[in-house]
Amino acid sequence: MTIGSTPSTALRVAGLTVRYREVVALEDVGLEVALGEACGLVGMNGSGKSTLFRTVVGLQRPAAGSVEVLGRGVDRARAEGLLGYVPQQDDLDRDFPVDVRDVVLMGRYHRMGPTRHARVADEHAAEVALDRVGLADLAGRRIGRLSGGQRQRVLLARALAQDAQVLLLDEPFTGLDVTSQAAVEAVLRAFVADGGSVLVSTHDLTSLPQLCSRSVLLHRRVLAAGPTPEVLTPANLARTFGLDVPAGAAGTGGAP
Amino acid sequence: MSGLTSLATTAATRVPGWDLLVEPWQFAFMQRALLVTVVASVVCALLSCWLVLIGWSLMGDAVAHAVLPGVVLAYLVGAPFAIGAFLFGVGAVALIGGVRETTRLKEDAAIGVVFTTVFAVGVVLVSTTPSQVDLSHVLFGNVLGVSDADVVQVLVLAAVAFAVLVLLRRDFTLYAFDRVHGHVIGLPVRRIGALLLGLLAVTVVVALQAVGVVLAVAMLITPGATAFLLTDRIQHMLLVAPAVAVVAAVAGTWGSYVLDVGSAGLVVVCQGLLFAVAWVVARRRDRRAAGLARRRPAAATRAAT
Repeated sequence: MTIGSTPSTALRVAGLTVRYREVVALEDVGLEVALGEACGLVGMNGSGKSTLFRTVVGLQRPAAGSVEVLGRGVDRARAEGLLGYVPQQDDLDRDFPVDVRDVVLMGRYHRMGPTRHARVADEHAAEVALDRVGLADLAGRRIGRLSGGQRQRVLLARALAQDAQVLLLDEPFTGLDVTSQAAVEAVLRAFVADGGSVLVSTHDLTSLPQLCSRSVLLHRRVLAAGPTPEVLTPANLARTFGLDVPAGAAGTGGAP
Repeated sequence: MSGLTSLATTAATRVPGWDLLVEPWQFAFMQRALLVTVVASVVCALLSCWLVLIGWSLMGDAVAHAVLPGVVLAYLVGAPFAIGAFLFGVGAVALIGGVRETTRLKEDAAIGVVFTTVFAVGVVLVSTTPSQVDLSHVLFGNVLGVSDADVVQVLVLAAVAFAVLVLLRRDFTLYAFDRVHGHVIGLPVRRIGALLLGLLAVTVVVALQAVGVVLAVAMLITPGATAFLLTDRIQHMLLVAPAVAVVAAVAGTWGSYVLDVGSAGLVVVCQGLLFAVAWVVARRRDRRAAGLARRRPAAATRAAT
């Protein structure tokens, strides 16, 4: 693997160990997401998916290991606006008095002047992003008056307006209506087709093969990684979700 | 004010009660009290919008109380009270952060322990120097007796706080709404939060003159809470909160003259009354909206998609 300067990988995590006090949240985790690739991150609650995201965006300092985004350190990637993080819509305060357009424009704040006054280009980018997620009509609606699925699409639109190159999505399909799920998947596929990179954590194993060419199964460590169809074996999934499997049946298909 | 006075004498013959409305403002001490109260109210109201949205109301309470020993010490050494108050306000915030991050205590416990202790230090200090500091002025404000120097201090600090709050309002809103996103796009999120807390300390210093330590927290919560009930956009909140606070400041200051009661208490009571009105209005509006949605579910569904 070549280092840094000519990034063929969008996201490169190597030997990552994260501890919260005495609890080990991640242990020696390594994974890569190529340019123009969507990678699924599968694991149950508490498997370290959120910790991995927090560490990749620089909110959590690792005890060991490194994270590179497009050949840069995390701090530089953030400063350049290369990373887009799409939280779960449940994480938002839905009573917050902002409308859809306000939220999407927040994706552009790092490009604006010190007062974050939106320029024509920013307004345009917000409009285009909202159009891509199919919410152009709701730009003036307060976020609390949207459905959960619509709110999730607003957060995706914010990352699109940001012009991020690498998108991290935390459980974007949880509790979505059919329309919103289809809209989010379509946008992500188009984003990847345009050369963008995606790391998406999900419980939804049925949609994973269509969306993600590669997948990583996580349970504090990487249990398996590789092309999605090869990784999603019953034995691997059983280990990922903490079920007991007879020792002989537990293959490590596609482990790195 | 002389123009206003002559206007009053001509109008007095026609409008009953006009005299009473205008009389207080003929006095310089009342004009000055009104100026200080209105200015403090506006800045506090602006800041209160974010405090309410972030959930920092208790932090406002803490900083307001924690400035007491700073004020007393400043009087004792003859320094401007603003300096002492600001140092203790910021110090208390730092101490609260320190306790929270290095223990497993929840934030409200950390806040409670720190600010009551610091406040108590102030109470002890006051009791050792009874002749030099009038505790009731610090606790409940003394807006009728502010000196010229105090007025200048208030105006300068308020102008600075107001300017920073208005110019950086979008950063503060992002901080209140989604800190993680701010961090991910490379904004200095921690510095934005620290700046907001610093402005809280400055604003408390301003509010001190108008209503004193105990009631300053009301000015830092009630207008924002009122505006939150009445509006559903932060942009409107930032206009409604100061407007509500100005109404309460004028009504309270006027009423204190007419009724011959303390202005600090009355200003805060007026804010509370306006909150009560907003509460009733918001309840009726929400009920009506809920009723409409029940009666016309089809229309609501169409609008939602």
